[in-house]
Amino acid sequence: MGFFLTILTLVVTLGLAWRYLGSYMAAVFDGRVHFLGFIERPIYRMLGTSPEQEQTWKRYAGAMIIFSAVSIAFSYVILRIQGSLPLNPQHLGAVGPALSFNTATSFVTNTNWQNYGGETAMSYFSQMGALTVQQFVSAAVGIAAAIVLVRGFSRRKSLTIGNFWVDITRCLFYVLLPIAFIAGIVLVGQGAVDTLAGTTTFHDALNGVTQTIARGPAGFMGSIMQLGTNGGGFFNVDLAHPLENPTGLTNLLYIWLTLSIPFALTYTFGKMVGSIRHGVALLAVMVIIFGVWVGFTANAEHQNNPAVAAAHVYSPVGNMEGKEVRFGDTTSALFNVSMTQTSDGAVDSATDSYNPMGGFGPLTGMMLGEVTPGGTGSGLYTLLIYAIIAVFIGGLMIGRTPEFLGKKIQAREIKLAGLGALVMPITVLVLTALAVSLAAGRAGPLNAGPHGFSEILYGLTSQGNNNGSAMAGLTGNTPFYNIIGGIDMLIGRFGIMIPALALGGVLAAKDVVPESLGTFRTDNGMFVGLTIGVILIIGGLTFFPAVSLGPIVEQLSHLRFF
Amino acid sequence: MLVHLRRSLVLAIICLVFFGFVYAFAGVGVSQLLFKHQADGSLTANGSTLIGQNWAATKCPGNPLGSCVFQGRPDDTGPYAANPKDNVSGGDNPLVANGVSGESSATNLGPRSKVLVANTKALVAYWHKLGVDPTVDLVTTSGSGVDPDISALDATVQIPMVSKATGISPARLRALIAQQTHSAQWGFMGSSYIVVLQLNEGLAKLEK
Repeated sequence: MGFFLTILTLVVTLGLAWRYLGSYMAAVFDGRVHFLGFIERPIYRMLGTSPEQEQTWKRYAGAMIIFSAVSIAFSYVILRIQGSLPLNPQHLGAVGPALSFNTATSFVTNTNWQNYGGETAMSYFSQMGALTVQQFVSAAVGIAAAIVLVRGFSRRKSLTIGNFWVDITRCLFYVLLPIAFIAGIVLVGQGAVDTLAGTTTFHDALNGVTQTIARGPAGFMGSIMQLGTNGGGFFNVDLAHPLENPTGLTNLLYIWLTLSIPFALTYTFGKMVGSIRHGVALLAVMVIIFGVWVGFTANAEHQNNPAVAAAHVYSPVGNMEGKEVRFGDTTSALFNVSMTQTSDGAVDSATDSYNPMGGFGPLTGMMLGEVTPGGTGSGLYTLLIYAIIAVFIGGLMIGRTPEFLGKKIQAREIKLAGLGALVMPITVLVLTALAVSLAAGRAGPLNAGPHGFSEILYGLTSQGNNNGSAMAGLTGNTPFYNIIGGIDMLIGRFGIMIPALALGGVLAAKDVVPESLGTFRTDNGMFVGLTIGVILIIGGLTFFPAVSLGPIVEQLSHLRFF
Repeated sequence: MLVHLRRSLVLAIICLVFFGFVYAFAGVGVSQLLFKHQADGSLTANGSTLIGQNWAATKCPGNPLGSCVFQGRPDDTGPYAANPKDNVSGGDNPLVANGVSGESSATNLGPRSKVLVANTKALVAYWHKLGVDPTVDLVTTSGSGVDPDISALDATVQIPMVSKATGISPARLRALIAQQTHSAQWGFMGSSYIVVLQLNEGLAKLEK
């Protein structure tokens, strides 16, 4: 009953976000929102640009790549010299070069893979200046890229697709900042810690125990890390930590923050292309896959943990290894699926200790390319890539020229969409094969047997999809994993984002073909089913062999332990 | 190219200042102003109500360690692991239980891990020695390693142990547990729970 009410609450509150945040974002990116003009205008002046100076997709992509490179450099340098910087009450030393590269790349690509324990490795300066700032910026970059692809459909015969600097400035100040700040206040009110006072030590007279508690500015980092589908928390265990995720309410709020923008962007899409029905069709694709995965995973986690059952303890409350009492089994599974169907990757329970089929859910959620609803922006543009492929396949099946929203889908568009859909699986599978064939890679997993392989596959899938969720038994802080992980994240981010921007540019340049009786409908149930089919078939065909060596064999090896 | 670079540098600095520091400092300021107790970590006289403690180490004159209090979840498996050497997992020091060191971590042991089977069996034996028939929460470790809570059932199964060591009647302990049980927030968000620290503070009052 509690779980049902949790789902109902999410449906209602996300529905409101879809409708109102969605139309608000459309207004922001159309330049119809001005209440922070006094901040916006000086920034444009300092940058030497203005909303009227539109860019071609190539200039837009160039600006995005150089800005991301500069952001990586900033974060890298801050981590490397952290020991000499202020706001370091624990006197933590510099972060090593390979780990700094991995971490800087991770936060700039919206991944937030963490090969470190936050409370024992990062100073407050680093948490704020190298990490939190990128949680804002990387989300804004992703949303801007999605808006470019949307403009590809909404504009006609246009050589330009917007101004990168204007789009991300607007996204940062009008969308991310207000929501993150308000949510931060709620989180702290519920018990999330937010202080600069450093760790505290006290002695408990009741049990004679002396305890040290790590603290820091965690609450307001929590709000933007979830709103921006980043997921890299202040503490080592991320949102399982009671000082960052103290109550059932904060747990639900974190889920809402993560899902709000990715779902709402489908409304923004519908509004900007002038057909809400098309937005609803994309939303339906997202909701159907998301719902199936939540049900499957929650059910798997409601079973006994095989290792605990082997010690003859049977559970009325599901698998509690690696879970917190205040959340329970099904809510933890809902949280985990929400974070892996987006590009968030936060955890409120240890994915490594999930039942075999419970771990299958988050792993395969990422493998489907994180489109249901996916990350902030990256979810929408990747889903549109799949939708273009679905249009093409649908057109082939009935022998008509494929069109999507009046734009003809021709060889060039299909090449770009194919590239966008294949970059991630190829990268993930090649790097996984590399890791399991090298001693340095095989040294990573904590667990033996098929679960050890799952840990490697999960780690590289997560980084290749810019997710950041981990089966945390994998020892990732080695030069090998830091470097291939960094490469994985860069390809996973820009290997899809650049084709998406190119698609936006190419489509914007086209004229609209008037709709006729022969047009293949892209806003009905048939199209929703076709798109879901494309997503499942691409994901299934590419990843099934790898998954069958991990979670599936683990599920089938009844009563065997490794 | 150069104009991109110049704009990137300017925007990166603006973001660093505004979204790195102004945002975080404003967050700390508002938190300290509105919710000082929560923002500082929900600290009370005996520790934070949000951070689990190692109750198993409590000295109980004439009785086994930890038997005169309600114990929390065995986060870190800690001193009870079958073979502490097998339990070097997830970056935790297995001899540091319940976040004493200020770190957080789960064990990250998989569902088909021999180590997890052995740890669980060792924990079952530990509880049986104290006269407790353990629930699943009491033989599994949490996601954070510092879970401050247990369920009402987890507390109820410890009644024989606590009653024997403290001399307080089971009926009074049952009443204490009922009084300390928080229902799920707003009735449906998450699960119902008991904060072990508050439960033991209540127990200390009963003993007086």
